[in-house]
Amino acid sequence: MSRFQVVSGKGGTGKTTVAAALALALAAEGKRTLLVEVEGRQGIAQLFESEALPYEERRIAVAPGGGEVHALAIDAERALLDYLQMFYKLGSAGRALKKLGAIDFATTIAPGVRDVLLTGKACEAVRRKDKKGRFVYDHVVMDAPPTGRITRFLNVNDEVAGLARIGPIHNQAQAVMRVLKSPETAVHLVTLLEEMPVQETADGIAELRAAELPVGRVIVNMVRPHLLDEEALLTVSGARRKEIAKTLTRAGVTGAAALVRPLVEQAAQHAQRVSLEREQRAVLAGLGLPTAELPLLGDGVDLSALHDLAAELRKQGAGEEVGS
Amino acid sequence: MTLGPDVAPGLDTDALLDDRDIRIVVCCGSGGVGKTTTAAALGVRAAERGRRAVVLTIDPARRLAQSMGIDRLDNVPRRVEDIDGANGGELHAMMLDMKRTFDETVEAHTDAARARAILENPFYQSLSAGFAGTQEYMAMEKLGQLRARDEWDLIIVDTPPSRSALDFLDAPKRLGSFLDGKFIRLLMAPAKIGGRAGMKFLNVGMSMMTGTLGKLLGGQFLQDVQTFVSAMDSMFGGFRTRADATYKLLQAPGTAFLVVATPERDALREAAYFVERLAAEQMPLAGLVLNRVHDSGASRLTAERALSAAENLEEGGIVDHTTGKAGLSDPVDPAGVSPEAVGTPLPPDGRDTPTASPDANETGHDQGETEDRSQEEPDDEDAAPASAAYSVEQLTAGLLRLHAERMQVVAREKRTRDCFTALHPEVAVTEVAALPGDVHDLTGLRAIGDRLAAGPASAPAGAA
Repeated sequence: MSRFQVVSGKGGTGKTTVAAALALALAAEGKRTLLVEVEGRQGIAQLFESEALPYEERRIAVAPGGGEVHALAIDAERALLDYLQMFYKLGSAGRALKKLGAIDFATTIAPGVRDVLLTGKACEAVRRKDKKGRFVYDHVVMDAPPTGRITRFLNVNDEVAGLARIGPIHNQAQAVMRVLKSPETAVHLVTLLEEMPVQETADGIAELRAAELPVGRVIVNMVRPHLLDEEALLTVSGARRKEIAKTLTRAGVTGAAALVRPLVEQAAQHAQRVSLEREQRAVLAGLGLPTAELPLLGDGVDLSALHDLAAELRKQGAGEEVGS
Repeated sequence: MTLGPDVAPGLDTDALLDDRDIRIVVCCGSGGVGKTTTAAALGVRAAERGRRAVVLTIDPARRLAQSMGIDRLDNVPRRVEDIDGANGGELHAMMLDMKRTFDETVEAHTDAARARAILENPFYQSLSAGFAGTQEYMAMEKLGQLRARDEWDLIIVDTPPSRSALDFLDAPKRLGSFLDGKFIRLLMAPAKIGGRAGMKFLNVGMSMMTGTLGKLLGGQFLQDVQTFVSAMDSMFGGFRTRADATYKLLQAPGTAFLVVATPERDALREAAYFVERLAAEQMPLAGLVLNRVHDSGASRLTAERALSAAENLEEGGIVDHTTGKAGLSDPVDPAGVSPEAVGTPLPPDGRDTPTASPDANETGHDQGETEDRSQEEPDDEDAAPASAAYSVEQLTAGLLRLHAERMQVVAREKRTRDCFTALHPEVAVTEVAALPGDVHDLTGLRAIGDRLAAGPASAPAGAA
């Protein structure tokens, strides 16, 4: 099972929710998971209804069976200062660099440095061991940048290794790349059963594969229940509408005659969506990846809903695959 | 639909598009809310209402781009064919190519030899190819360029799918603070004094600094950066001036921001943040475009009542009672038996004629009474061939369950939206009803345009 699980997806598909649910799912049965966020949006804190996450790993949830989810919002600037301190004992020089604007430069302007720091910090957590030589975290789950940027984001270390051809940054970049391209890593893509997100998912997978990054599975989020199939709806025409009006009245609905038309209209829209969803499922099936499906939650995602989604992911075996 | 006590003012999209003083419309919002589609639909509508418009899209979905005929990424505005030019308008559209925009900026603002040195610099090549941030700078640069050409009287801009939707606002400032910083002068210093030989003239602090950086980054990298920075030196001033000018342009009265969102918590939270930020930056907000809003023509029937009726049909005696008879398929004249249930006969298209509605004598009756009466009535299955698979009770229960789901969605969206309206009652809103599928062509964009212009009262036809 891949220890580093990266969750990406088109904007609006709910990748933060899926990442959090996956972290909970992987923490079941006494495991420890680290959930990391890299885009500075504090999405995890909002989801777990906690205050803003500091740059510090802290426990935010307990999973069934005594497992724990820890969370960390990675901040590029702090990560850079950490590095300077950790590897080069440059605490004071770090402060001097900051004064000069070098840290700003490195984390906002310099190409890729920011992304190197973010992926580097996550990989450090993946590889970190305690004194007894056991991994501190069984899994690290990253709420990653969206599909359109994910390959570039993960692959940035390759680029940086090319730019900084020698020296510690070069070595660091290469070490990160080794983790990212190994079966230790799986990149999951979250999508909806809609055309644009599915197209973007297909494109994203092609890019990841071209960059030799291990693709995990496609997670279809916000799947709506199919309450009525199209065949049934095809029968709703003409004379049947009269029967429906009668049946509505029998079932206790007042003013049934006026309701039939809008109800049937809604059903027709539903049928159209079901048929579009079927097309998109076929496209996803053609990608040849394992998938998982999560239901649409009527009332938004709160903590208990997050646990439900985690249980659903466990049931579907998400997170168990090794990168392909 | 009604919006409760806090009814936001309606956004008059057509008035905005028709206002000749408005020269720039910026569509912003979080990812996945339909910014690009909105920008494209506004462009089509503006052009067909007589504006000479150009749409600058950042990262359009392929089929949306194809719908405007701009599937080629060549960084040049292309005329969109099949726009109705009867009102004298036209539409151009383009897709931003970051690297090309960056390259062109370099070429336009420095001499050929220096431009080549920059374009060949490995640091520059990485920077321009699209690391976080570059897209925002280049979107601003391109917007400035389009505005300066003055060929269009309306520029509609889509914003990059950033980490934070506000990155593009910050881009000029960030560039400015970097250029004003000591660090860049430090980086430039050795090259200015005379390349590598100049290093020895640096004071001790500075050489320690560059030494540290060299150690970290590798000497070659640092040298690439220094070469790049010094080659760019002559351009930075212009870069900065233009970025500042574009920023000011965004604050000017000729600009209108449209915040785009969907009626979901995260998207509206981001939208609220955006509204506050635009106010803080003194940027003119025209209103909120709320995409993919659901409504129901049968909203009179609540989710609870629809579900309980569905349960009546599925679990109660009614289903047993009637399915038993369904197989018999003996046609009974429906009009004769149950005036209450059948009411006015429905024309084939199902449009009801409310004049003869049976509602009147039902108001105030409790459900039990209706139910009792209906159970006395004989079934009137008309034995349509397709009804073999689904009894009318199953169908009706399905319709009711679908309706209940729809009503729950409507209620949730309304709650989310009310939260936003309570925070920002001053923001004008237009709603775009949800479409079942994606938009692929000009017809689809026109349909979205119609909905954008119809404003918040754009309830679907057939509302009861």
